[in-house]
Amino acid sequence: MPAFFLVALIIALLPAASASAQSPVIDSARMQTAVKQSWTQAPPEWQTRLTQDETMAACSQYRNNPPRVVAQTIVAREKASIKYPADGKLIGDWKKGQKLAQSGYGGRFTDYPPRTENGGNCYACHQLSGGELSFGTLGPSLLEYGKSRKFSEADVKAVYDRIYNPQAVVACASMPRLGANGHLSIEQIKDLVAYVMSSDSPVNK
Amino acid sequence: MPQQQEEGRVRRVRRATLWLLPWVVTGGLEITLAPSLAQDAIDASEKGIQRYRQMLKADPWSNPAMLDVDRGEALWKTPRGPKAVSLDGCDLGKGPGVVKGAFAELPRYFTDADRVMDAEARIVWCMEKLQGFERAALLKNPYPGGGRATKDIGALATYVAYESNGQKLMPTLDHPKEKEALALGEALFFRRGGPMDFACATCHADQGKRIRLQGLPPLSKPVEARKVVGEWPAYRVSSNHVMTMEHRIYDCFWQMRMPEVDLGSEVPVALTMYLVKTAEGGEINAPGLKR
Ligand code: HEC
Ligand code: HEC
Repeated sequence: MPAFFLVALIIALLPAASASAQSPVIDSARMQTAVKQSWTQAPPEWQTRLTQDETMAACSQYRNNPPRVVAQTIVAREKASIKYPADGKLIGDWKKGQKLAQSGYGGRFTDYPPRTENGGNCYACHQLSGGELSFGTLGPSLLEYGKSRKFSEADVKAVYDRIYNPQAVVACASMPRLGANGHLSIEQIKDLVAYVMSSDSPVNK
Repeated sequence: MPQQQEEGRVRRVRRATLWLLPWVVTGGLEITLAPSLAQDAIDASEKGIQRYRQMLKADPWSNPAMLDVDRGEALWKTPRGPKAVSLDGCDLGKGPGVVKGAFAELPRYFTDADRVMDAEARIVWCMEKLQGFERAALLKNPYPGGGRATKDIGALATYVAYESNGQKLMPTLDHPKEKEALALGEALFFRRGGPMDFACATCHADQGKRIRLQGLPPLSKPVEARKVVGEWPAYRVSSNHVMTMEHRIYDCFWQMRMPEVDLGSEVPVALTMYLVKTAEGGEINAPGLKR
């Protein structure tokens, strides 16, 4: 009997002992405490930037590779965030879109009070027009994106959705949720859709 | 020591020729690029930096950051602050006054502060506790604008890092709080936040990516981290001053649209711990030179 208890005790203690030898587990509450204490000088209107919404928290936890059920929940939630223009027209002015695609302005602490409108910063991550070689490679090339899709209406909507909220398409996508996070307006997104999807845009020449 | 003063004077003289550096390194990058020149510009910029790195090997004193090594050394050794004492009593982890080799084991746990600190956090601690400087004043606007010299904390950190040159990054991780800092730093590296949903990993996890024309080192990969982490603090040519690792991280948080992170606070220290641990075994080659 005592021997049995001893074995049981050892077995009971084993997982605890091996767990303590591993590196400590950091949950989102622990991270949040660190974040709060590391941004003590942030003005009140910046406080929301210190917290995460459910999607950010899940993508952080799973390092952008969420299990299927979680991914489905994210896509459903993010889809619901997308707002469309009242008149249903998804294509704006590609020339304005071009400027927005070039501009990385907006949202940085040196950008207040705002001196101009927020940009989409697409060139930071994507190749778009063949004429602009100063482009980043975090995202896929969008050169001739509209042309290669025959300017189809379905793809126009897909691009609108993608810019408004890429996580409505792919859970934990790296591209920012520019519409859903309030960085770009519906009008601006329409102009960007035009830049990517209209036949007279330099992206498709 | 007279010999050190002599060395200092020599360094100061060589600096005079350094004003050309931004031209050498950035080439045409600051101008709007003619399309066909963009790739050339990346190459030219890289070549400029490469060329300059070779010059640095031949003559380490030709790095403008040596100015701040000098300044930092003077700041360290001069009695300053309300208590008018030098930092010779400052314990960077290897005992009071021991600067040589200390940087190689930072960040580390300090019993007196009961927390993990990197070079900058520890320097602030010593300036407050030993010299009597007011902490809040030290932490207010701690980083210089473009073209302005790094502030005292930055110069001190540059001196401290320089004194570990040639050694390998070797965080000890003996204390549970050091282990926790590492785990926290890793989690924070993947933590997405702000209006762009960015995490450090968005820009620094994959090989061969760039933002516009700027290459992004994958800092979660030991082989890559070892190449760059030991170069900080570094002279950054495009902003004409030395940046410490915490300043670099602060700047990346700016890109992430986060507010200004406090110098020496838990987040930048934990991230530094993660970067240093990932780069473990990499050689300290500070101050380095960056685009
Ligand atoms: C920080 C990087 C980043 C920025 C900024 C960004 N994107 Fe993306 N984009 C990506 C990535 C990465 C993908 C691939 C899917 C993913 O992970 O989000 C992508 C995917 C896309 C796609 C789908 C491509 C396909 O395979 O069909 C489109 C269209 C697109 N982006 C357009 C834009 C436009 C327009 C802008 C600017 C308003 C923009 N992106 C800004 C990173 C970015
Ligand atoms: C939106 C993109 C982006 C994000 C997000 C980002 N960085 Fe960076 N980071 C950069 C760029 C661009 C550079 C290089 C700048 C240059 O070339 O001067 C850089 C450089 C660095 C370097 C110096 C690398 C070297 O070459 O020595 C370090 C270290 C670093 N970042 C750490 C971080 C950490 C830690 C985070 C998260 C807190 C982070 N970065 C988030 C874009 C980013």
